[in-house]
Amino acid sequence: MYQYDEYDQKIVRERVAQFRGQTERYLAGELKDEEFLPLRLQNGLYIQRLAPMLRVNVPYGMLNTTQLRKLAHIARHYDKGYCHVSTRQNIQFNWPELAEVPDILAELADVEMHATQSSGSCIRNVTSDQFAGISSDEIVDPRPYCEIIRQWSTFHPEFAFLPRKFKIAVTGAASDRAAVQVHDIGLEVVKNDAGEVGFKVLVGGGLGRTPVIGSVINEFLPEKHILSYLEAIVRIYNQLGRRDNKYKARIKILVKAMGADKFADKVNAEFAHLKDGPTTLTPEEIQRASAAFPEPAYETLDDAAAQALLQQQSTETPAFGKWLTRNVRDHRVAGYAAVTLSLKPTGVAPGDITDRQLEAIADLADQFSFGEARTTHEQNIVLGDIRKDQLFAFWQAAKPLGFATPNIGTLTDLICCPGGDFCSLANAKSLPIAESIQRQFDDLDYLYDLGDIDLNISGCMNACGHHHVGHIGVLGVDKKGEEFYQVQLGGNAGTETSLGKVLGPAFGAEDMPAVIQTLIDVYVSKRVEGEQFIDTYNRIGLAPFKEQVYVKAD
Amino acid sequence: MSKLIKDNVITDNSWELLEATDSPETTTVPAGSVIVPLVVWNAQKEQLESRKASLGVWLNSDELAEELAGDAQGFGLVAVNFPGFMDGRGFSAARLLRERYGYEGELRAIGHIIRDQLFFLKRCGFNSFELGEGVDLDAAMASLNDFSETYQAAVDQKLPLFRRRA
Repeated sequence: MYQYDEYDQKIVRERVAQFRGQTERYLAGELKDEEFLPLRLQNGLYIQRLAPMLRVNVPYGMLNTTQLRKLAHIARHYDKGYCHVSTRQNIQFNWPELAEVPDILAELADVEMHATQSSGSCIRNVTSDQFAGISSDEIVDPRPYCEIIRQWSTFHPEFAFLPRKFKIAVTGAASDRAAVQVHDIGLEVVKNDAGEVGFKVLVGGGLGRTPVIGSVINEFLPEKHILSYLEAIVRIYNQLGRRDNKYKARIKILVKAMGADKFADKVNAEFAHLKDGPTTLTPEEIQRASAAFPEPAYETLDDAAAQALLQQQSTETPAFGKWLTRNVRDHRVAGYAAVTLSLKPTGVAPGDITDRQLEAIADLADQFSFGEARTTHEQNIVLGDIRKDQLFAFWQAAKPLGFATPNIGTLTDLICCPGGDFCSLANAKSLPIAESIQRQFDDLDYLYDLGDIDLNISGCMNACGHHHVGHIGVLGVDKKGEEFYQVQLGGNAGTETSLGKVLGPAFGAEDMPAVIQTLIDVYVSKRVEGEQFIDTYNRIGLAPFKEQVYVKAD
Repeated sequence: MSKLIKDNVITDNSWELLEATDSPETTTVPAGSVIVPLVVWNAQKEQLESRKASLGVWLNSDELAEELAGDAQGFGLVAVNFPGFMDGRGFSAARLLRERYGYEGELRAIGHIIRDQLFFLKRCGFNSFELGEGVDLDAAMASLNDFSETYQAAVDQKLPLFRRRA
């Protein structure tokens, strides 16, 4: 993966010094609360219900084992021994002391990490496909472009005070695992008929209060123009995005108000000034970025023999077979597989991970997967390059550590924000809802029979739990001081992105496991051979679900 | 006389700022070094043209740089107002005035800006900064140089880092 050179190192060091100075001025009373607020936010530091929360960037989800061990050290030394994988692939610490944050940043800088722009009204951490570089459906590895964009957006002098936060996601595969249709800018790396690399550019997607699917404003932008084009888009947004109402300040509102065609015209007019200027990428820079993601030293392996071995091991050990089915994924290189470590065992907040577990993952990655790991926006961790003939040994090692819950893609592999237990924005708790649903569906054979179901839970309309794009989405709402949960059906992330529809009136927390059970029962009774939950919903619509749920609720 | 930072030194503010009014046609522009609102300039261009070199003009954050455009050239000063320091439109205005509309004179950030923005403001082309009452300008000067290296092309550095990396 990308390694810092002296320039990157210098910039991140100077940032630590800058933030240390700002924190000292704040603690000395020289910097006002309202002035320190955006400064600390631009460094990922929120003040939450119980303590500050520090969000550390994991650029496009890639971590090496030195970084994993450093995160473990920070969790242990500065926090309560655990941290949290967020829905944008970042790592969050829930209990740091404000005065110690500069020290944490210095420790992160030692391992080429930072918290720059992980929050605030600026360009956030670039996210990507957790299977980048290893998936068989990949057209172009998106990571070199992610790194190029990371550098361009880091301390961009013009775009540090945008109307609102700004999120960019990049995918390079046929199947979208980076949710590019629901980002402020979504980029698909593609190739044209001549085999040249370029980008399909989407703008104005997003979740939150007003969920919108992004509009394509450029079908093929040659790769060298990507930064000037991004600069044109963000400049138009910076000048014309609404600043009078923070709920209408995202770029999606501007694109909607203006119309995607008119917005594209504005961008193209601005781009005409910037095109072929100094920000145009050079072949050398693209080459430099690509070379930063070299192929690991794969061995030439006999895939058929490895498959036969897995078959035999699955027969002998059915539990291994289940894990293989749910948590292991094909790899573009014969004889290798990608494994998703589940951070969703029942009883643990989805995405939470302890210091010991981080170190254990580092050990596993060093032993089995070329020393690299990836965070996912579904709040799990992927080890991308494991030999198939070592999967059984890997499973045996991962199981006692609590990572081998074979539930990836199932109902209990749910996405969930920290909710009212931690977050000061939340209207309702989300973690207890997640746990009560996980307990309701604790029979693994039953879960497998139900197949792929995305259940996404957000504690408020800011939608950090991506409830709009869950097959089943749950949104916490506050009604006169009481917490209720609205259910949505039919959302979908990925290539066929769609937004869920509200089922009907909201439910109390205690009703939620039964409500989800009823929805699942309707699916099971109505499904035809081979249909997943979302297929059945798309065929029969909302009405049959609604009928059953509200009959029972009455 | 109030103080400000200009070209990396602390200096006296010798300019008078004229507030915007509802009747720009009839606003009296006093003699001397005056910064007039864009609407006043637009309304009284013909009368004011002859004294442009000793006149300044200021843009509010909702006025785009393209509304002044090439007119910027020849003014003694152009100022961009930040009604609140979180309103970042002025950063784009500054770059456009410098990079697209060829303005080379004093470009001043006025209104509510904070010390911690100086580095970005400077990169976008501002060379003069009004930080408001009670701010320790000597200490604030340090923030002009918070970073010694940058990734992007901007007004102060025409080449992005990737064209300069050894």
